[in-house]
Amino acid sequence: MIVASNLTKRYGDKTAVDDLSFTIKPGIVTGFLGPNGAGKSTTMRMIMGLDTPTSGSVTVNGRPYAEHAAPLHEVGALLEAKAIHTGRSARNHLLALAATTGIGARRVDEVIDLVGLHEVARKRAGGFSLGMGQRLGIASALLGDPATVLLDEPVNGLDPEGILWIRNLLKGLAAEGRTVFVSSHLMSEMALTAEHLIVVGRGKLIADTSVAEFTRSASRNIVRVRSPHADRLRGLLLGPDVTVDSPEPGTLEVTGLDSDRIGTLAAEHGVTLFELAPQQASLEEAFMELTRDAVEYHATTTVAGSVA
Amino acid sequence: MSTTTATPPAAPVTKAQPGKVTQLRVLNSEWIKLRTLRSTPITLLVAVVIMVGLGMLITWAHASHGGGPNGHSDPVNGAELSLALYFLAQLAIGVLGVLIVSGEYSTGMIRASLSAVPKRLPVLWAKALVYAAVVLVLMTAASLAAFYGGQAILSSYGEAVKISDPGAARVVFGTGLYLTVVGVLGVGLGALIRNGAGAIATLVGLLIIVPGLSHLLPSSWSPHIVPYLPSNAGGALLNVVPDSTLMSPWSGFALFVGYAVALLLIAGVLLKRRDA
Repeated sequence: MIVASNLTKRYGDKTAVDDLSFTIKPGIVTGFLGPNGAGKSTTMRMIMGLDTPTSGSVTVNGRPYAEHAAPLHEVGALLEAKAIHTGRSARNHLLALAATTGIGARRVDEVIDLVGLHEVARKRAGGFSLGMGQRLGIASALLGDPATVLLDEPVNGLDPEGILWIRNLLKGLAAEGRTVFVSSHLMSEMALTAEHLIVVGRGKLIADTSVAEFTRSASRNIVRVRSPHADRLRGLLLGPDVTVDSPEPGTLEVTGLDSDRIGTLAAEHGVTLFELAPQQASLEEAFMELTRDAVEYHATTTVAGSVA
Repeated sequence: MSTTTATPPAAPVTKAQPGKVTQLRVLNSEWIKLRTLRSTPITLLVAVVIMVGLGMLITWAHASHGGGPNGHSDPVNGAELSLALYFLAQLAIGVLGVLIVSGEYSTGMIRASLSAVPKRLPVLWAKALVYAAVVLVLMTAASLAAFYGGQAILSSYGEAVKISDPGAARVVFGTGLYLTVVGVLGVGLGALIRNGAGAIATLVGLLIIVPGLSHLLPSSWSPHIVPYLPSNAGGALLNVVPDSTLMSPWSGFALFVGYAVALLLIAGVLLKRRDA
């Protein structure tokens, strides 16, 4: 259980996290979604007590992280892929972290096997690929068998097999009753992994909703209709809560009526239809729509050649 | 561990041994960290080679060219001569002290360390303590080796001193103590400045360059400043015959320890307050 209340972090005059309040419940995977620079990593660092909030507070399992006597057993975190000394081997890195809380070598070897780093456990971490670094970070997060797991962009740098592995791992951890909080800037990834979503943009909370609800509200049900009698059809369809756009002659985009209803109406009035196609906005589009105003870095310039 | 009872399978979250973070466990963790980096044995070996190998070479060179026309007008005590290379070895010791902390910041390891020990201060104390212990043991041994090796060379010139001679034991063991404090200064500066290059430059400036520049001071100021510079205060311990322009050996060393402790405390306050 993670509870943030009015969490705010300012760096100089830049507000990275702005009055963020949310509750992350155990037993499910909660996705933390937002464009780059939305304040996800800063929020996670504040949860782990690495950054001090400018105002507001955040607790894990009832108290600030730093006040837990056995922190590694409360929260396991993957904050940055390589929070690892490059000169130390993976196994020694884990042994050193484990020693702080009295965890022995057996558990260290257990998590190494769990993340599939057995072959390279005695090699210097500096030579690790991004994906291996992620796996080592996940191993250190799981060392203390924590009740809460916090992962910042865990799928970065992983191959498809690794992504599938993470997905199942996270779901498994949640099924065991743990609190699982995972950040990502990829809506599609979260749709497959998470049950609940916290969406942020420019440090502000944009949505705190279940994935199912988000998907439902996201897919604005537009029906695309092509007809030689488009103008006549428009008159038939229009009504309260129904809008009809015409992006090009002979084509209508109808919002507020489903395709069954439109087809029936057309048949009743003898209007010929060439096309009747429900359009679903993809989750990615819905996410972009939602966070459009909150994107920190817009690509505003186009390639010069294409403008000319 | 306390008595183990069968864990109820219904419990939603099973916890592996719920171990608390203690200072002792953090010490163990830092000990693992220190010995699992290749730079540790390499740098410490360099310090030993400087102290013993280079120290004996200098002793031999000094003694074998001492009596002739190019001889030294200023006779050097055999104990001081055999240990003179502490001045160079302190660089290796201090730099490794800095790297123990700054290396964690440059690699990002510090976030893992402070996540594991979110109270933070135990990490700094453990780093300083573990490194101080290692340096004390190793450099005391190196000082003894340099002393006896040096005296073996000097004995053939009839200039050897014995450890029982006045002040000799203080200089020999004092060298180990002095280098231990330098190591702690390094750890403190590393934690304070967090950037390796900056901390090393500060360390070198503090220990070597500033005392070297002190002759630029007006002569009426010197007695009020020069003896209290860190390396001069600590170095007072390393003269067989106490230098009247410096502090007395043990009070000078106490001040030197005071500087290191103060630096560590300031670093501790900042470690607690700054974002990692």
